Amino acid sequence: MKTTELAIIGAGPAGICAALEAASYGVEVTLIDRGDTPGGQLVKQTHKFFGWHEKSAGTRGVVIAHNLAENAQKDPNVHFVGSTEALGHYRDDDTLLLETPEGVKGLKPERLLVATGASEKMLLFPGNHLPGVYGAGAVQTLMNVHGVRPGQSVLMIGSGNIGLIVSYQLAQAGVHVEALVEALPQIGGYAVHASKIRRLGIPILTGYSIKEAYGERCVEGAVVWQIDNKWQGIPGTEKDLKVDVICLATGLSPLCEFLWQAGAEMTYIAALGGFVPVYDENMETTLSGVYVAGDVASIEEASTAMAEGYLAGLAIAHSLGKISDSHFDAKRQEYVKELEQLRAGPTSKKIVEGLAVLRDEIGKRVSA
Amino acid sequence: MMDNAFLSTGIPSMEQIESVVPSKARREKGPFVVIECFQEIPCDPCYHSCRFGAICEFEAINDIPKVDWDKCTGCGICVAACPGLAIFVVDETFSDKECLVAIPYEFLPLPEKGEKVLLLSRQGAEVGEGEIHRVIPGRKPAGTTVVWVKAPKELSMEVRNIRLTREGGASRE
Repeated sequence: MKTTELAIIGAGPAGICAALEAASYGVEVTLIDRGDTPGGQLVKQTHKFFGWHEKSAGTRGVVIAHNLAENAQKDPNVHFVGSTEALGHYRDDDTLLLETPEGVKGLKPERLLVATGASEKMLLFPGNHLPGVYGAGAVQTLMNVHGVRPGQSVLMIGSGNIGLIVSYQLAQAGVHVEALVEALPQIGGYAVHASKIRRLGIPILTGYSIKEAYGERCVEGAVVWQIDNKWQGIPGTEKDLKVDVICLATGLSPLCEFLWQAGAEMTYIAALGGFVPVYDENMETTLSGVYVAGDVASIEEASTAMAEGYLAGLAIAHSLGKISDSHFDAKRQEYVKELEQLRAGPTSKKIVEGLAVLRDEIGKRVSA
Repeated sequence: MMDNAFLSTGIPSMEQIESVVPSKARREKGPFVVIECFQEIPCDPCYHSCRFGAICEFEAINDIPKVDWDKCTGCGICVAACPGLAIFVVDETFSDKECLVAIPYEFLPLPEKGEKVLLLSRQGAEVGEGEIHRVIPGRKPAGTTVVWVKAPKELSMEVRNIRLTREGGASRE
């Protein structure tokens, strides 16, 4: 059976950054993705990223994806394996099972990084089965990867950064966005993204939710209504919107089935997005040698996923004896500080609270 | 403290706008930057983009940018640099009756110099008609284009977007 020093599942921002970091210290990396090219969700992100000027802020996600993929391709220590799904990790013989285009194959990695990202949350409402109800990720893939408009007129649900950004991208593609509804009283994403779509004339209805979608064979319209503080619709406040697309941007959940299967300890922390693996400050889970980075560890921005990737890559290189303790400590401090700074603002308050709960969990385990 | 209405509408209040606009005396001197960035998010390219030091150095990555209008020349480099498309330049000295507003614009087709366009407010409402004065294409790859539009002077603090009226222009019914 083939062996590798580090297998990484998921070649999104976290996975590629971890690969580049570990490879820079001579770790031989196998970077696995079900897509045929590296980049993950970054390839669909046509907006300019925030963050530090020195760390590609102001660069569009798709350009960052291109640059990262190019660096990974140039690195002789990184072997990209595309069109391949990781099926499971079996601890009894430390084997990773992969479904490749040539069939199912085994791989024995010395270290494993799970950087599988997140999946979109579905929303319950009558008519949500109708063709024309999309996840925001699918709309982005259609438009920004394949150049296909999802429809003529869109109702966007959810005002997090994804809902705001995808509304803007729809408008750029010449698709009419009828309205964006948000159940909470305030807009969830960055105010600058909200201001951008307001300038285009797209209404944002806060305190509104979808009542139902209707249509014979596909979405022909949607009814939205105001909701009270118990999340119940208020009769008489309905608005009938003639749309053929309902786009759900109602949040993400860590894509952690792989970690459940592998036997990592999981814990439910709503602030981090739901069930997340228990991991320490070096991103190592309760399974020795199995690490996590990016949205699978907590639902955050891509800039944070990249910083976590670098940290995990560094910790893995150190655990494999590729770098000295002193180099590791110094470099680690740098990455930890970067993460702290990225999370220092009011928009990251929930994440910081969630991470504190996670640290408590680990504390309990150590003392128990 | 953050204005609650702003967080539920995405539209800053007049008080918020006034807090990011220089004195009357400075406005009468020439073009000036208006940074409509009211929420602390981790982002600093504006500071690095300004070659005149008019955007003060950040202490922390989540800081809201502060402007030294004595140093600002109204060049518009930061308009293209801002990832949030939250920066505008206003020149109220352009002519007796007209001002210029520099707007980040990421739609195709791009407007052309001399083209008549509709002027839109922060709500996307039509507030008047204007004429394209300059179009500065974004830096490669995929930078943001900056459009300088002539507008009635009294709309200098209203106009924040444009809409093309020609066939095939990005439109919204």
